[in-house]
Amino acid sequence: MDLILVNLIDGLVTGLLLFMLSAGLTLIFSMMGVLNFAHASFYMLGAYFAFQISLYLGFWMGLLIAPLAVGVMGAGVERYGLRRVHQYGHVPELIFTFGLALLIEELVQFIWGKNQMPYSTPEILQFTAFSIAGNSIPAYKIFMIFISIAIFIGLLYVLTRTRVGMIIQAALTYPKTVEALGHNVPLIFMGVFGVGTALAGVAGVIAGPVLGTFPGMAFVLGSIVFVTIVIGGLGSLWGALVASLLIGWITTFSKAYNLRMEDVLTGLGFTKPEPIWDSAWRDLWSITSPQIADILPYILMVLILIFRPYGLFGKRDA
Amino acid sequence: MRTTTMLGLTTALTLAASAFAAGADTIKIAFIDPLSGPFAGTGTNGLHQYEFAAEELVNKQGGVLDGDMFEIVAFDNKISPKESLIQLQVAIDQGIRYIAQGNSSGVANALTEAISKHNRRNPDDRVLFLNYSAVDPALTNDKCNFWHFRFDANADIKMDALTDVIAADDNIEKVYVIGQDYSFGKAVAAAAVRFLGEKRPDIEIVGNELHPIGKVKDFTPYARKIMASDADAIITGNWGADMVGLGRSVLENGYTGPLYTYYAAADGITAAFGDAGVGSLKLVAEGQINPPVNDRAAAYYEAFKAKYPDGNISQARITNVIEMLAKAINEAGTADDVVPVAYALAGMEHESLWGTQLKMRESDHQIIQDVHIHAHTNDGVTFDYDNSGFGLKVDSTVTMAAADSPTTCKMRRP
Repeated sequence: MDLILVNLIDGLVTGLLLFMLSAGLTLIFSMMGVLNFAHASFYMLGAYFAFQISLYLGFWMGLLIAPLAVGVMGAGVERYGLRRVHQYGHVPELIFTFGLALLIEELVQFIWGKNQMPYSTPEILQFTAFSIAGNSIPAYKIFMIFISIAIFIGLLYVLTRTRVGMIIQAALTYPKTVEALGHNVPLIFMGVFGVGTALAGVAGVIAGPVLGTFPGMAFVLGSIVFVTIVIGGLGSLWGALVASLLIGWITTFSKAYNLRMEDVLTGLGFTKPEPIWDSAWRDLWSITSPQIADILPYILMVLILIFRPYGLFGKRDA
Repeated sequence: MRTTTMLGLTTALTLAASAFAAGADTIKIAFIDPLSGPFAGTGTNGLHQYEFAAEELVNKQGGVLDGDMFEIVAFDNKISPKESLIQLQVAIDQGIRYIAQGNSSGVANALTEAISKHNRRNPDDRVLFLNYSAVDPALTNDKCNFWHFRFDANADIKMDALTDVIAADDNIEKVYVIGQDYSFGKAVAAAAVRFLGEKRPDIEIVGNELHPIGKVKDFTPYARKIMASDADAIITGNWGADMVGLGRSVLENGYTGPLYTYYAAADGITAAFGDAGVGSLKLVAEGQINPPVNDRAAAYYEAFKAKYPDGNISQARITNVIEMLAKAINEAGTADDVVPVAYALAGMEHESLWGTQLKMRESDHQIIQDVHIHAHTNDGVTFDYDNSGFGLKVDSTVTMAAADSPTTCKMRRP
């Protein structure tokens, strides 16, 4: 089946995009122990900044400048917002990021309005890279794949093979000891927060043209990012990658194939109640996989939380 | 002492009387639609069109009755039926008698039920429901009531016009139907299957599916399925971000046939499609914008653009709502008691600003008007959408579409 290959590629694109978001979030979580509700909002800011820059300087400058701008904003939020709130405990931090998400959404609507922005892919990538049995794969998707893989390898290298990475990892687990050794831990935290949000910004820049740049884009992606890092294991980069790809493929395949609950249930040996419209199980029998595709990750999360509460790659004990 | 009291009383009475004589009351219309969230764009532009229509077509003409002005009061329902009912209650508590809503038939179904219940229980402060966009056929059939008026052509009427065009095109042999998973999406799909079956039984429906509304991040898997089915035409009732997502995704993945839609224009959608949509994107709707029907329509559109340079008149019927409501209030002689206003609206005939005749059918409160098939193009577009150079141009017209269509409505009148 050629379609399987096409869906594998599509799922990979979705998964890698999700990874860029969840990578930053999972780093921030392991650092501060607090979920950053505003993470998807930085993704949205990335898309809007890049759109604005692309009007004047073209797409490529947008790709370069927008994530930097988002990263600086993120660092600023950590330095002047979160750090002050931190002393009051986790709940105020959570509420702070939640409020920030609402604030950013309103701000975006205030500046750019509520309509979808005509942000589109750069012209040199507007061609079909190749096609499989009549299904064309746009060059832009290939570009997305390469960008995200490059970022993953870069992150992994910095975190595991460099001195900076070692200090970060140490600071995540034993901040007091690292501080005592003379490292500036607050600066490290600020840096990690900035890089995490910049990653979300990159995701926004490259997703904006394909998934649409509109004020609801953070909301649409927000919850699924949390699901990803819970499944992958909080704080684990590999976990984020595996969970993202898993979610990408699960949703893509269940949307692409009309798997009907009726067939599954008859396959399991149940008999269809007749007449079906009078049965209490009517809704269950008439479900098709595309209808439930987007809640499958949530079901997976519940299962993970029951059987492996620390996630696929999580190190913390339950 | 007594004289002072008398004097005071007289003054108060005189003041009250003079205030009454001036009669500069405002007639408030509650606009309950999404002003935040994924569909905020659609809601906000609708609000602007209402405000402009009320100002231009009523208030600047001297208002209704003896100088009463229209005022649009906005309520954000976040596209949720539950939130809409809360906002409805707030509006009623503020003494508002006219409720305008359009986005999402799910919301409209909840509102029409709540309003009907409210009017039964509170005969002293009844309200009217001016539905300008929710096109689920049930609203003027099984679920119809005396208080609900629909100013848009319903999904069946639009599909009737759309399938006329498809039936006439011999190149179309396979059709794919896809829509949002709620009452309206289902109504579109059912109507498409029914009308195509009647008009062109040889056409094969190669796909008929629903996707979650406002939750799909990436439409690529759906686009792949559509491509794999070899469809010659796609029919969708999608709107807002779901429309852009689906449309761009199928076009990006190599689809070149016609894409028949209900709502693929304005609110950023036209700009988002741009060149990619030319030749494929078709839209069925009332209200001819291009070419302009007459000087009055052109002048109205220009005035709107002068006030809202970034806006579009995407729902031409909003002017019909305002004009017909004003006419009905004048005929009824009151704006406070909605029963005579409703009787005046039912059966009303009116000449629309956009050139078509309008008739509010008495039997089910469904308006009958010309329905057009528009093409997304940049050729010969006087008024573009989203300042993009692209806009809608009328391809073909069905005059007074479905004027004699049957209805199952059994209306109980007060």
